[in-house]
Parts: sequence; C-alpha cells; structure tokens
Amino acid sequence: MPVITYREALRHALAEELQRDANVVVMGEEVAQFNGAYKVTEGLLEKFGPKRIVDTPISEAGFIGMGIGASMLGVRPVMELMFWSFYSVAFDQILNNAANVRYMSGGLIHCPIVIRGPANGGTNVGATHSHTPENILANHPGVKVVCPATPYDAKGLLKSAIRDNDPVFFLENTILYGDKGEVPNEEYVIPLGSAEVKREGGDLTIVAHGRAVINSLAAAQLLKQEHDISAEVVDLRSIRPLDEATVLASVRKTHRVLLVEENKPFCGVGAQLAYLIQEQAFDDLDAPIKRVSAIDAPAIYSPPLEVEQLPHPQRILKAAIELLK
Amino acid sequence: MTKKPTVTADKSDAAGGGAAFAGAPVNARLSKDAKIALYRSMVRIRRFEERSLRAYQAKKIGGFLHLYIGQEAVAVGCCSLMTKDDHVITAYRDHGHALAVGMEMKPLMAELYGKATGCSKGKGGSMHFFDPERNYWGGHGIVGGQVPLGAGLAYGLKYKGVKGACMTFMGDGAVNQGAVHEAYNLAALWQLPVVFVIENNGYSMGTSQARSSAGELARRAEGYGMAWGVCDGHNLYEVRASMEKFLAAAREESKPAIVEVRTYRYRGHSVADPDNTYRNKAEIEDYRKTKDPIQVFQNVLIGEGVLTEEAAGQIDAEARAEADVSAEFAEASPFPAVEDITKDVYWEADNPSERKSQGRLFFE
Repeated sequence: MPVITYREALRHALAEELQRDANVVVMGEEVAQFNGAYKVTEGLLEKFGPKRIVDTPISEAGFIGMGIGASMLGVRPVMELMFWSFYSVAFDQILNNAANVRYMSGGLIHCPIVIRGPANGGTNVGATHSHTPENILANHPGVKVVCPATPYDAKGLLKSAIRDNDPVFFLENTILYGDKGEVPNEEYVIPLGSAEVKREGGDLTIVAHGRAVINSLAAAQLLKQEHDISAEVVDLRSIRPLDEATVLASVRKTHRVLLVEENKPFCGVGAQLAYLIQEQAFDDLDAPIKRVSAIDAPAIYSPPLEVEQLPHPQRILKAAIELLK
Repeated sequence: MTKKPTVTADKSDAAGGGAAFAGAPVNARLSKDAKIALYRSMVRIRRFEERSLRAYQAKKIGGFLHLYIGQEAVAVGCCSLMTKDDHVITAYRDHGHALAVGMEMKPLMAELYGKATGCSKGKGGSMHFFDPERNYWGGHGIVGGQVPLGAGLAYGLKYKGVKGACMTFMGDGAVNQGAVHEAYNLAALWQLPVVFVIENNGYSMGTSQARSSAGELARRAEGYGMAWGVCDGHNLYEVRASMEKFLAAAREESKPAIVEVRTYRYRGHSVADPDNTYRNKAEIEDYRKTKDPIQVFQNVLIGEGVLTEEAAGQIDAEARAEADVSAEFAEASPFPAVEDITKDVYWEADNPSERKSQGRLFFE
C-alpha cells in the first residue's frame, strides 16, 4: 500500500472530490497560486483551474460568509482557514449563519460547506495562532466537527465531509502534515462519527483526538515497555457526531479512563466525554475519570515551555500511572 | 478615477412628485393591473404590520418586532423587478420583503405567534423569515451579517452560470460593520452580480445617521470601484427606475453596485423602542403627511386614472381583512411540540434514510 503524508492525503481527497462533483470549489487565502500556506492544495490550481481553486483576500468574515451564501444555492465550497485560529474574525458567519440558518428557516435551507485548516499549538506561534476550537465549534447544534490524526483518516474523513449536507468543520494539525502513513489507491470514505481503537489494551482506556492520539499512542508504548501496563487508545476522529458506543465499549472493557486533548480543560471535549461516561458506564468505572489537557493558560510562546503546556507522552504516562494506583 | 452616481435624489419632491418617474421605461410598460398590484402589495404590508403590532400589544407575539411601516415602497419597488433568477436577502426588518416576494400572510403571522404553521415552523420568529422557493433567503438577525451571504448567493449564480442577481438589503446602521465592507470588496473584486441596497431610514436604532456614519453611505462604493446611486424610497416609481439600471447591470454584465434608498420608519426601531428620545413627533408627522409611500402612489394612480378612491378603499379593506384572517389562522394554529425542538437542526437527522454519518448528533 502506498505510504503518503497527511498533507498529501488531504490533497488527494480534495482532488478526488473536485473531480467527482463540479459543485465543489476550494477557496481560501493562498490556496491557488501560492499552492497553500501549508502546501495542502499544491498543484490543484494547475489541475483544476482558477474557477475551482480560488485565492481569497485576507477577509475571513467576507469569504467564509460568501461561501455559506453560495452553499445555500448548492455550491459545495471547501474553505481553507490558514489557521483555525482565525475563525474568531468569522465567528458570526460560522456560528450564527452556517450553524443556525437551517434551524431558523424551519429546515428549508441547508449549508453543505466544509471549513478546514490547521488547529493546533506546539509551533511557537503564540496565543493568537494556537487555538484549538473544536469544543467551541461542537457546542453549536447544526454543525459537525472532525479532527483526524492519521493520513488514512484525514483522506477518508475529508471525502465524507465534502459529501455531507451539513456544515462540517475539519480541524487539521500543522505538526501532522508531514506524518506518513499507508493510504490505499482505491477509493474509500470514513463515515463521520466513527471512532477507532488505534491500539488495543486491557488496563485502561485513553480517549483522544487529533495529535493527542499520536502522543497517547507513544505514551501507551512507553507504558507497555517500562511499566507493563496495557493501554487501549480510542481515537474519536469525529467530535460531533460522537461515537459514544466505541468509547463506552472500551470503558466497559478496561474500567479506567484517561481523557487526553490539546484543548484547554474548561468545557473541553473531555468534559462532555466525562459526563457521558459517568452517566452511561458509572458501574463499570473502577476509578475516577482523569484528564490531561493543555495547562490552563493562553498558549505560551517559549518553545520548551510550550512543549510542557501541551499533552506530551510523559504527561500522559504519568497520569495513566496515577489512574492505576 | 471616481465614478459619478448614476441616480440622484433631486428629481422628485414631496406630495405629487411621485409621478416624476412614471415615464421611465420600467414604469411606462406597467399595465393598469400591474400598477394596482404594486399598490395592493404596499397596502398589504402596511396592514399586516399594523395587525402584527396589535397582536404584539395583546402579548400574542414574543421577542422583537421591527415594523416596516413607512418603508413599503422600497421592498415592493425592488422585489417587483425580480426575474425568476433573481434573489433577495435582508436583515431583521424582513416582513415587507417577505410579502413583496409573494409569501402569504398566514405563515408569516403564524411565525410571529411562534406556531408550527409558521413559515419557519415557529423556529425563527420575526427576524428570520425564509422562502427559498421564492428566492428569499431571509431574514437575518445580526446587523450586517447577511451581507456576505448575499455576496455568496451572487457568487453561486455566477459559478453556476445562471443569469440572475442578488439584491442584498441592509439598513443604514449596517454600513459600518466590517463584514459589509469585506463583502463589498469581494463583490467588486470578483464582479459578482449583487446589488447592495441600503434602506436608509435615518436611524440606526436610536442613533441618527449624522451621529453614526461618516460621509455619504453609498459613496463608499467609490473606494471599491463600484457603481452607486441614491434614490428616494417613498416614491415607488423612482425606486423601480433607479434599481432597474443597477439590477440590469448586475444580471447582464455581472456588475455589482450599492444603492442607497432614502426612506423612513414611522415606528420605533422595534416595539421595544419608546421612540421618544432621538426624534420628535413633528418629524414623523411631516413624513406621514408629505411622503407616505402609499399615499404618494395612491395620488399618482388616481392622477393617472388607474385607481379611484373607492377602489383604494376596497383594496385597503381587503388587506385589513386578510391580515385579520392571518391572525385568526395564527391564533388557531398549534404550537410546535417539544419533540420539534430538535428537528431541522441537521439535514442528516431530518433525512435519516440518507444519513451517512454515524454516532450521536444530539447531547444532554
């Protein structure tokens, strides 16, 4: 099976969907001539031309709002945010218009739009460029939120997102763009709302999404090697819809839960998961649920400190050992 | 190079001036019946709004209610120019546009009452009327927030190769919102078939234009290299004559424009506005006496021999009766059920046989 990067997997998904559906248009800052700020869209302008691959001005409220309006007429825009951090200047368009218009119209309108781009810390760009808003986005009924961790998932989920008739917010990660993984040449899609057990284990369940999955897998490896602890790692892949069945099945198997995310702790994704698990699997728990989140402050610039602020394998490992005490 | 505005506001004056644009081709070709239909459309808006105010005062309607009374010639004039490929989007003072594009009174009044028979099933309320079948895309509550959507509808038309235009309405308070300027820039940059219509009623809520906006509102188009114009909004013929040029340029040449339509509202910003802090009653009375859009057009049509006072009285009585019937319909309609709260949230949840995603969409 071919081994490609996360970035290439996304590009292949875009190209395949552009090829499949003439209503799909890719739009954003620097996506065309510049080949993408992070090169996700490299070569697409050459292949599909300027009608399908469109450079926008630095004007997120304007072009995201424009994409939402176009989606109401049946265009299927895939909008790139250079960083998801910039969603704040388009917040009204994303969360008042895309999220609400179906409801406020009594179901007469839907918005088949995808907004995608990287949402992560860890690259020493300070607080303004390091937001991870999956929890904030998922707080809004009407939207779907996806956070792929691997090249295979990135491609299969993006194809599903583009075919979806609801607004889908697709959160990537600049640190993962160069990660390689097996991705088949044959077409496939991964349904939104399907989690995956990325590593099987029996002693505890680690639930994570995005790059926290990669760090959790590294921690699980260390737990096995150094402490003979067998951790199961569940990758949510999709925040909303949420695959609660896969999470609960793992909890019922291991009886101990560690929730890992790059989000800030307050009302993070883990808060919702903890509520869900205590409600649905209270009697299966042998210990209180634990969480590893970002240390609760705006993203720090100082490079070695930013590493500490975010969940990393040693922090995850430490929390896992405490959970098993 | 700056572009000169193609329309100025000096061609019509107060009472009797409404005939000034009667000879414009877009008006000259109107049949007698078409003229009466335009008149009727304005009267229906007026009576609907008055009836909704009474329902509000009787506590049948919750929330806000932004009445269109005084501005009727704007929505009716603009929307009367629509072809089947033209589209409309507006802000929260949206009842007039809804009626002008052909929506029925009953579902509108029922929406105000929060009933399941409302145009949005009681989920949107006064500020959020929609009818995509009639190319009416709302009804949006955030000042200026609908303007990028209007640019997007125009983008969609151009992308699909459809010859149509989108009239994107906003109030004079919206022109200072950043999203509006972003939409202006995109429309001009990509030559989108959109006409931005500023319904300038003089007050952004309780703050007069002089206290909130620098410069002339539509002239800001010059900064983006767009055409612009100004017209009087109490004169239906003038609204139609002015708008037609810009709409034609948008449809035929994909050229965007900004048109400021000078109008006035008799009522407060919303029913929550006591309307006694920022303007005086004499100002309202003066407009009512000299520029009331319905009275002005009635005078014109009587002058043309198209309408009689008696026929006008008949139209008025019918509009009042229709509004009363809509209120009775709303009153008799059921409220949505609790189960309805979570319908119309996701397309996929409402179309379960076509659902492709898995997992939980709604939470506790």
